[in-house]
Amino acid sequence: MRIICPFCGERELGEFTYLGDAKPQRPAADAGEDAVYDYVYLRDNIAGVMSEHWYHGGGCRAWLKVTRNTLTHEISAVEPTAGAGAAKVGA
Amino acid sequence: MKYSIFSLARAALSGHKNWQSTWRDAAPKDRYDVIIIGGGGHGLATAWFLASEFGIRNVAVLEKGWIGSGNAGRNTTIIRSNYGLPGNTRFYELSMKLWERMEQDLNYNAMVSQRGVLNLYHSDAQRDAFARRGNTMRINGIDAELLDQAALRKMLPFLNFENARFPIQGGLLQRRGGTARHDAVVWGYAHAASGLGVDIIQNCEVTGFVRDANGKVTGVETSRGKIGASKVGMAVAGSSSRVAAMAGLRLPIESHVLQAFVSEAIKPLIPGVMTFGAGHFYVSQSDKGGLVFGGDIDGYNSYAQRGNLPVVEDVCEGGMALIPMIGRVRLLRQWGGIMDMSMDGTPIIDKSPVDGLYINAGWCYGGFKATPGSGLVFAHLLARDESHKEAARFRLDRFQRGAMIDEKGQGAQPNLH
Repeated sequence: MRIICPFCGERELGEFTYLGDAKPQRPAADAGEDAVYDYVYLRDNIAGVMSEHWYHGGGCRAWLKVTRNTLTHEISAVEPTAGAGAAKVGA
Repeated sequence: MKYSIFSLARAALSGHKNWQSTWRDAAPKDRYDVIIIGGGGHGLATAWFLASEFGIRNVAVLEKGWIGSGNAGRNTTIIRSNYGLPGNTRFYELSMKLWERMEQDLNYNAMVSQRGVLNLYHSDAQRDAFARRGNTMRINGIDAELLDQAALRKMLPFLNFENARFPIQGGLLQRRGGTARHDAVVWGYAHAASGLGVDIIQNCEVTGFVRDANGKVTGVETSRGKIGASKVGMAVAGSSSRVAAMAGLRLPIESHVLQAFVSEAIKPLIPGVMTFGAGHFYVSQSDKGGLVFGGDIDGYNSYAQRGNLPVVEDVCEGGMALIPMIGRVRLLRQWGGIMDMSMDGTPIIDKSPVDGLYINAGWCYGGFKATPGSGLVFAHLLARDESHKEAARFRLDRFQRGAMIDEKGQGAQPNLH
């Protein structure tokens, strides 16, 4: 598995760190325990195409949003996450 | 059939042409008292304990492929009960005690070999943590010995004691730990369960649940038709989330790939099971002579049953740091299995929120050693509708209650457990 970083080009997997499913959104501070439980612990654990967060620690140190098939490891898209440093300056 | 010296002699006299099948490959009936989804070690053990311990023999085990084709046949065959947290310590010892009598119970040679499990420590802090875990074990009646470097040098002179970065100071040894032949465990439970009337049904993939008007699960839809059941238990390891989703459930689980490795066969070298304490590397030597070893999961969600090269490199580096001479040994095979990584690194054995559906999941990559214990406590839950006392903490709602059992102390980050 190799990831094409939008800033650094194609790099080997060892440069990247995985966070996980990009779908869960941190609930509002007053959202209640159930919403926090859902955010912290429950996962869709998708078998198929999944959008996920990876960190390019061995390169540009940007957070990336990678669209990847968990059944085949095929990567169909890599984009900077909203708010990532390089994305802000329109790189 | 019953295996004995006489059955062996009889078969030998007829040129080994008249052996019967070890277990009976069944076709599905319309209805069972209990259906177990998943024909791995845990599912088959559950069926056997239901039949032998709880008198429930109208049981089917449904397997989508062939029995033992998942993680039961992909692990590194280690058995041990060296856990430190309440909930884990006594459960894994229950399992260890069942390993010690398994072959007699099942009338099957599972090659259970109590050759010892040694966890190495490399710092004062790690020694203190291991001493504490060893004391916890001994308080619970489990054997544990804290060895210093001098004792280890006698036992394992080939270790890299003077590693500049991670010198080996000593180790925590559980002599009763060891290995077992993983396939034989599957076949042994299949043999014994089948002998008590359990139907083992292969190539039968569950595609959905049958529910009544109240939402209770009353059976399963499968690739071989609809099968009714009073209770359905799932023991499907890395596929837990997919099966639970068919009942509308989301679990605190992610599926990750774990790789394992075996080297070419060499003469006897590694006396027991050893783990590197400064990285993640564990190794034993099979009776055929191959070094069987593994390390961390790859770290990203996967259902692919194959991994990538960075972890191969990391595992081999761990091996080289510990035993430099294995650099001359060639890697023979490597494979991957899909782990149901729970949010605290501990299994879930509980009723599900859906009436009639019971969950046995979240074994992370420690499921093999738990096979007999898991079978007993899951059978207890299915038969009596209440948790076995040694599995009472493995509840599905523990994450909501803040009662996690986080042996590694990593928090809700499943790829770190």
